[in-house]
Amino acid sequence: MTIADGVKWADLLARVADRQDTEAFAALFGHFAPRVKAFLIKSGADAALAEECAQDVMVTVWKKAAQFDASRASVATWIFTIARNRRIDMLRRDRRPEPEELDWGPEAEPDQLDTLVLQQESERLITAIAELPEKQRIMIERAYFGDLTHSEIAEETGLPLGTIKSRIRLALERLRHSLS
Amino acid sequence: MITHHLNDQLLMAYSAGTLPEAFNLVVATHIAICDECRARLESFDAIGGALIEESLGDAPEQLGSDALAQTLARIKTSTPEPRKRAAAQPPRDRVLPEPLRSYLGGGVDSINWRPVGGGVKQAILPTSENATARMLFIPAGAAVPDHGHAGMELTLVLQGAFADGHDRFARGDIEIADEDLHHQPMAEPGLDCICLAATDAPLRFRGLLPRLAQPFLQI
Repeated sequence: MTIADGVKWADLLARVADRQDTEAFAALFGHFAPRVKAFLIKSGADAALAEECAQDVMVTVWKKAAQFDASRASVATWIFTIARNRRIDMLRRDRRPEPEELDWGPEAEPDQLDTLVLQQESERLITAIAELPEKQRIMIERAYFGDLTHSEIAEETGLPLGTIKSRIRLALERLRHSLS
Repeated sequence: MITHHLNDQLLMAYSAGTLPEAFNLVVATHIAICDECRARLESFDAIGGALIEESLGDAPEQLGSDALAQTLARIKTSTPEPRKRAAAQPPRDRVLPEPLRSYLGGGVDSINWRPVGGGVKQAILPTSENATARMLFIPAGAAVPDHGHAGMELTLVLQGAFADGHDRFARGDIEIADEDLHHQPMAEPGLDCICLAATDAPLRFRGLLPRLAQPFLQI
C-alpha cells in the first residue's frame, strides 16, 4: 500500500457512502475481501467459513460506509474492526461491548489534510511492523490473530504509535469541538 | 482530568478482541469518557489494519469465482445505515456512560445493590464466567475491606474518589491492580464513591471473617 492507495480506498468508500456506487464497492471488494479471508484463516477459521464471513464483512462495509471517518482510520483499519467483530461472533468468543461513539456534528466533514496525514501514518505503521525484530513481530501477529491472552501480551510492544495517536487525538478534538 | 489510564496490554487485547467480557466492559466504559485512551485504542486498531493489509503474504488467498456476485446480490436487498448525528441521540447519563448503562438496564437508581458490610454495597453484572464485573458503592469516607488479588483487578471510578495509600483515583481514573498489590481503598469525604470493577480471579481478603463470607458474597 502507498499513501495514494490509502487515499484511493477512502475515496472509493466515500462513493459507496454518498451514492451507493457498486463499481466502487467492487474495487474495494477485489482488494479487501481476499485479505479479510486470509486474516480469518490465520485467526483459526477453515477456508469455507472464512470465505462466508469475509462476504458478511463486505456486506457490513456497504451498510456502514457512511460511518467511516478518514481522519481517524485507514479503510484497512476500519475493515479490521468489522472483521474482528465478525470473528468474535464466528468463534463464539466473549462479548465485546463498544464505547459510546462520538457523534458526528453537522459540520464534521473530515479535513482533507487530516485524511492525507492519517493515511501517511497508517502506511508508516506497516513499514514499522515489517522492520520489528522477528520475536516482537510474531508476538503482535499472535495477539491480533487471537492466540494470546492479555497477560501473555508483552508490556513493551516496541511500536512507534505516538504520532498516529496524536493525529487521531486531534481528529477527536475537532469532532468534540464541532459538537459543542 | 483523568490521570490513571489503561495500559498497552489491555488496549492491545481489547483491540484484538481477546479480553474476557467483564474486562471488555471496563475498558469500553473508560474509553467512553477518556479521549486519550480512545485515540490510543484507535492507534492499536491501526496495527490490525496493517495486518489485514499485509495478510496475503506470498500465497494470495483466492475467493470463489462467484463471491463478488453473491455479495452484490446481498447488498441489493440491504439498507445502508445513516451517519450518526448528535441530535438523534438520547440524552446522556451523567454518571454511567454506554455500554455500562445498557448492562445495568438504566441509571444509578436502577442498580440492585447488595450490602457487603461497612456500608459498602455491590451488584454483580451479567457477563461470561471468565471474569467477574461488579458495581461497587462505597459511602463517602468509608473503606473497602483490605484485599489482595490472585489475578488482575480493574477498578474504574464513575463518581466520587478513593485513595488506596498509593494514589488517588477520581472520575474516569482506572486502577490496574495485580497480585503484588495489597490495598485498602478509602473513599474520600463528600460524594459517595461509585465504581465499576472487574477481576479474573476471586479477591483474597486478609481478615478471617471476610474470607469465610466470601462464597456467600461472590466477591
